[in-house]
Amino acid sequence: MSTGLVVVQILNGLQFGVLLFLIAAGLTLVFGVMDFINLAHGVQYMLGAYLAVAFYALTGNFLVALVLALAAALVFGLLLEFLIFRHLYDRDHLEQVIATFGIIIFLNQAVKTVWGAAPLTLPIPEFFSGSIVLMPGLLYPVWRLVIIGSGLAIGLLLYILVGHTRVGMLVRAGATNARMVSALGVDIHRLFMIVFGFGTMLAAFAGAMIAPILSVEPGMGDTVLILAFVVIVIGGIGSMRGAFLAALLIGLVDTLGRSFAIDILRLVMPPSPARTVGPAIASMLIYVLMALVLYFRPSGLFPARGRG
Amino acid sequence: MYKKLVLVGVMIGLSATAAGAQEKLKIGVIATLSGPPAVLGQQLRNGFQLAVKNLGGKLGGRDVEVVVEDDELKPDVAVNKAKALVDRTKADFVVGPIFSNMLIAIMKPVTDAGVILISPNAGTSNFAGKECNPNFFVTSYQNDQNHEVMGKYAQDAGMKKVFLMAPNYQAGKDAIAGFKRYFKGDIADEVYVPLGQLDYSAELTKIAAASPDAIFVFLPGGMGVNFVKQFRQAGLAEKVKFLSAFTVDESTLPAQKEAAVGFFGGANWAPNLDNPQNKKFVADYEKEYNAVPATYAFQAYDAALLIDGALKLTKGNTSDKDALRAALMKANFTSLRGPFKFNTNHYPIQDFYQVKVAQRGDGKFETQIDKKVFAGYSDPYAKDCPMK
Repeated sequence: MSTGLVVVQILNGLQFGVLLFLIAAGLTLVFGVMDFINLAHGVQYMLGAYLAVAFYALTGNFLVALVLALAAALVFGLLLEFLIFRHLYDRDHLEQVIATFGIIIFLNQAVKTVWGAAPLTLPIPEFFSGSIVLMPGLLYPVWRLVIIGSGLAIGLLLYILVGHTRVGMLVRAGATNARMVSALGVDIHRLFMIVFGFGTMLAAFAGAMIAPILSVEPGMGDTVLILAFVVIVIGGIGSMRGAFLAALLIGLVDTLGRSFAIDILRLVMPPSPARTVGPAIASMLIYVLMALVLYFRPSGLFPARGRG
Repeated sequence: MYKKLVLVGVMIGLSATAAGAQEKLKIGVIATLSGPPAVLGQQLRNGFQLAVKNLGGKLGGRDVEVVVEDDELKPDVAVNKAKALVDRTKADFVVGPIFSNMLIAIMKPVTDAGVILISPNAGTSNFAGKECNPNFFVTSYQNDQNHEVMGKYAQDAGMKKVFLMAPNYQAGKDAIAGFKRYFKGDIADEVYVPLGQLDYSAELTKIAAASPDAIFVFLPGGMGVNFVKQFRQAGLAEKVKFLSAFTVDESTLPAQKEAAVGFFGGANWAPNLDNPQNKKFVADYEKEYNAVPATYAFQAYDAALLIDGALKLTKGNTSDKDALRAALMKANFTSLRGPFKFNTNHYPIQDFYQVKVAQRGDGKFETQIDKKVFAGYSDPYAKDCPMK
């Protein structure tokens, strides 16, 4: 286990963390601000990837495809909000879960009907298709750096938007006491609609950005959704800062666990059982972490103000 | 959740069947048709329906009704659907499934009712050995065999050091064990990843650090798509040979494309296998479904041919089960893979190939036969099967 290898694996972990943040950002925004459990976030992420693939096939330009996909996702998100979500804001969480779960089933099936069940792909844009040498024999695609960069940019954007603008102030106020904000003459439903539309776009953005390194297939959002929920539960529901730090933490724990669990276990047990136990423990680590956080700090590591 | 009732070869003129004394032959097809692996189930269903269509809507001279069910990759659902096919549909044959854990679930409900179960894909070791079943036939392979092909290839090619990776569940462990049965060189590392893993950066770093001659992976479906793309992007494809099973095939190639070209797999067939019946099958399949068939489709096609050939021997009679089983055992059909016969455990004795991914003249991607690795190969479990 050389130092160089450890450093590269730490980098890998941070990269996976930023990727998770990209996915979890929209979820925690909608969840925190609107107190709304949107299980459909995962399928919105999937839809973003599919739309990017479809528009790429039409235009042949990644950037144009990305912009069109975001616009289409926004339209679709607002349509969903108008038809379904709007009627669920005042209901309890169980009903929201059931309704949004229905959307998952519906959209997974719809995507399969439109694009087929076979996985699709989106090429890395020409301009970013190079790679850099990370260690002897291992290249690091520039596109992964772009993903990291866009994840950090989204984080910064949200920090400014939510923390330092008038809309952001209303959003935070709405999160703490929606009825009071409404009584002060703010159209809270319109505010929610904006937040939800923005959340949808964030999900679609994540889907389109990640599509070049992952398989675009029906149900691709379901695995991601679970990870995203782990992130926001550990980070503290509704806390943007918490989501960011928790995503990095999970990326590191998961990657380092997968990389070194067997080596570490070998120090305390014979090699053969270490080989069996190692992968099992590595894949449990983030859920163990979540359980511990829930036990010791039920509101998460970095709870949003006014909630903890 | 959804159920599709497909009537194939329903009489073109009603009068055609008026004189027919025999009832329609009923065949239940059970496969995974929802969730990410749905593409595999669709290949199975399409392959079977194509065969029925090509045979004029009849198998062994009898009109056929095919009922398709989705097992949703859930054992409890699979059991209920299989029971419904047996009790309500009164199926004469059940064809399916894709996944081994579904096979284990539906085995008892189907075969205990005296119905013939034909698996066009899953072939677990237990049903090949001690628990072999007179009502169960396999047109694919025993699960270990494709991995053994790769192990044998790596051994024969004189590779010194190989890096192994598979998902952390039973089939993944069987894959690694199958590979190691024939490969006796150094194992650089043996890595088990969680099912459905997205990002392989950590594993790619490990591979680069170990710098092996080759890697052998078993990463079915979307996992394989993710890994193949990331492996290529990491620049490892130029340095490390890519050996695999169920990782690069026609169900995943539409997404892997150029990234998978030159990668190896182990298989009992490939679309370019050179015989007239296979050429016709591939052309028909591509015309009908606008996709290149994978092994799932061809094995299901063979399952329909198997039923057709057996019923020709029994003159369409399915009620005398002993005669029916004996007729099936004769494998009275020309398989798309060429030489084919059943072993005592009702698993095939067949050839296996190393296949290589290539782009065809028309731009589509497929696996192509590179080299025959085993001839007339039977699985090692048959000796434990009490059936003689």
